[in-house]
Amino acid sequence: MPGFLKTLMKRKDKPPREGAPIPKQHTDMPSPLPSSKKQPGDDFDLPVKEVVKPDNQLQLPDKLLDEEVAKMLTANNPSAPKNMVRFSTKERVFKVEPMVEQLMVHYATDGWLLHKGSEEAKRQTDCDRAADEAAAKFQAEMDRGRRDRRDDGAGLGTDTDGPDDSRQLRNQFNFSERAAQTLNYPMCDRATTTEPPPTATMSGECSQWGIYDAYLLDQERQKLQEEVTKKGAAAKKSTTAGDNDPCEPARDTSKDDRGSTLHSAHMSRAAKVLERMENQNSYNDISMDFKYWDDASDAFRPDEGTLLPLWKFYPEQAKRKHVTSLCWNPEYFDMFAVGYGSFDFLKQSGGLACCYSLKNPSYPEYIFTTDSGVMCLDFHPQHPNLLAVGCYDGTVRVFDVRTKTNKPMYASTAVTGKHTDPVWQIFWQEADLQKQLQFYSVASDGRVTLWTLSKSELTHQDMMELKLLDPSEPDGDESTLASLASCCSFDFNKAQDHLFVVGTEEGQIHKCSTAFNSEYLQTYEGHAMAVYAVKWNQLHMKTFLSASADWTVKLWDSSLAKPIMTFDLSNSVGDVAWAPYSATVFAAITDDGKVHVFDLTQNKHEPMCEQKVVQKAKLTRIAFNPKHPVLLVGDDRGCVTCLKLSPNLRRSSKPDGKQTMQEAENAKLDHVLDIARKGTISPAEEAK
Amino acid sequence: MGDIAVVEEALKRISSHKGILGVIIVNGDGIPIRSTFENSVTVQYAGLVSHLTYKARSAVKQLNHGEPEDELQFLRIRSKKHEILIAPDFDKAHEYQLVIVQNPSTD
Repeated sequence: MPGFLKTLMKRKDKPPREGAPIPKQHTDMPSPLPSSKKQPGDDFDLPVKEVVKPDNQLQLPDKLLDEEVAKMLTANNPSAPKNMVRFSTKERVFKVEPMVEQLMVHYATDGWLLHKGSEEAKRQTDCDRAADEAAAKFQAEMDRGRRDRRDDGAGLGTDTDGPDDSRQLRNQFNFSERAAQTLNYPMCDRATTTEPPPTATMSGECSQWGIYDAYLLDQERQKLQEEVTKKGAAAKKSTTAGDNDPCEPARDTSKDDRGSTLHSAHMSRAAKVLERMENQNSYNDISMDFKYWDDASDAFRPDEGTLLPLWKFYPEQAKRKHVTSLCWNPEYFDMFAVGYGSFDFLKQSGGLACCYSLKNPSYPEYIFTTDSGVMCLDFHPQHPNLLAVGCYDGTVRVFDVRTKTNKPMYASTAVTGKHTDPVWQIFWQEADLQKQLQFYSVASDGRVTLWTLSKSELTHQDMMELKLLDPSEPDGDESTLASLASCCSFDFNKAQDHLFVVGTEEGQIHKCSTAFNSEYLQTYEGHAMAVYAVKWNQLHMKTFLSASADWTVKLWDSSLAKPIMTFDLSNSVGDVAWAPYSATVFAAITDDGKVHVFDLTQNKHEPMCEQKVVQKAKLTRIAFNPKHPVLLVGDDRGCVTCLKLSPNLRRSSKPDGKQTMQEAENAKLDHVLDIARKGTISPAEEAK
Repeated sequence: MGDIAVVEEALKRISSHKGILGVIIVNGDGIPIRSTFENSVTVQYAGLVSHLTYKARSAVKQLNHGEPEDELQFLRIRSKKHEILIAPDFDKAHEYQLVIVQNPSTD
């Protein structure tokens, strides 16, 4: 057999012979053809044996089927012809062919082997060799290319191909490729829905200023922190006890701050402003009247005027007290001070000095209380925060309204020469050469005292002792001269600040000078009862007014001993005041609650306006506002009323090119005085 | 100490005035720390007013007229029936808003 095999070789790529019959029963059998041509899916199918009977097969009974049919295989071909004759051309006769072909082919198939010596085998080996060579050549080229690549790319693509086993010889007849591939499960998504977490909308905004503020704050904080750490380091150095955390006190103070937010100074300021705003709303109509209302009827009655009551100032604390003094602040025209006390000798109680603003009529801005009734007060003209107060017990005090405390800056005592009787009037002076502030006061004890505010104390100097002149003994007796006149009022002349007039309880008025403290420069006789007020004209420097309990107001020329004009108001006159805007306008108040406003250029005898402004009360004080056309009147019930002057009552000369307003006003008054001086013109003559 | 008395007195006085419906003080966190209103009204005012004030302040600062240090001082809101007066303070140490509600037309 090996010898036989050596002469054979495998045939390749030879299709089966055409005529080869294929048994029908074996169509499903695996084909001997190379497996590459077969369907890959059939690899795993086991061959199924199935007996297929053709439809036209003869149906035989079992007997026939079981019958044995003997078949013999002989060497003779039964179908071979036995009497075959063939024409012989040589002999020219038909001759019986004795040798008949007995061979019969039932099945033929091409073999898969070739004889090595055959032409076909030779051709096949040649073909194989050519293919091998081509493959080797291709492989060599591939290897070379790969080597080049590897050299170039420094071993980047190190794909190590496994040995090419495609050419490995397999048993092509009995080989089934079973893939070791497992089933790939398809990818699938799996998702669950959970409950969403709770969300909240947050919003905020940031602006340039916010950033700027935060930046400044941060800077401040850093600075503070640096200081704290510095201090903390120092503290740690000095003290061994490390317990005190430098942050601890800071936190405490911040907490305190938070607590005092409600009671901070800022809050009190805010509350004050809001109170004013709220008052502005509640008293809106009055504010409007104050600013804009003018009595239209004045245009038709040029000789009459009216007073419009505006606010009323009536503090709880001042119940049953008399308004003893009124004073506008020289700088803040909406502000004024009111002194509360009592004119009644028997009913003396504590005193009160209140500073009001027109902006807040419901409550005073500042309140100062004194144990004795306040009789007079005055704002310093240059230092509007200084308020001098004279009391019933003879003391004088100086309050700084800014401090808001009840404690006066200065107060006179018995040791420092206080008055022994009620101080009736107090008056600031220009500062002296040492720039020390000074004021004068007069009291019933007959002394005119100059007070100086030195650094530590209030020093006093009696400028004058008002000696009583008995009119019955004009010669002057030593004994009568010894007693002193009790003065009720005084006023300094604006032009000559050493000059002043004093009104006394006896009815005399004395002109004095601080330069000659022993003598009166002049004495004016005219009043029969106490002179409650003397007032220099604010524009005309030579005239002054006096108001007295004898029902009269008198106009004086300081050079004449007799009054120039006398106005009978038919009731005790409590106070009189010149208007700041005119030299001829003044107002007086009487005990029956009336305000009388005179304008001498309009009417020399009758008041322009005579109006009852309070019921069942005596008016005690009056004050013109330096700027606005309003005046204040105080009564003996502790109530201060603000009154607006109608246009007829506030006529004033306009300054023209030739003369100033003051000159014009002076001319007006001079004219009035001239007429009055031309003898004692009686009203009857005037009427003619 | 003096401030305590002054503020307390001023607040008492303000709330006793005619036409004043109530006074509220709101701290920096928008929490009312003092009020004369009942609770629900107070809370409503505090919430709304603090927002409004913040907005107003923002407007003032944004306008600022060339002065970066400008600051809202007061805010008055006048309606037909009421007037709300707000005095805020934005100082970090003591931030607050003083709110007064007034009926200005009581005669």
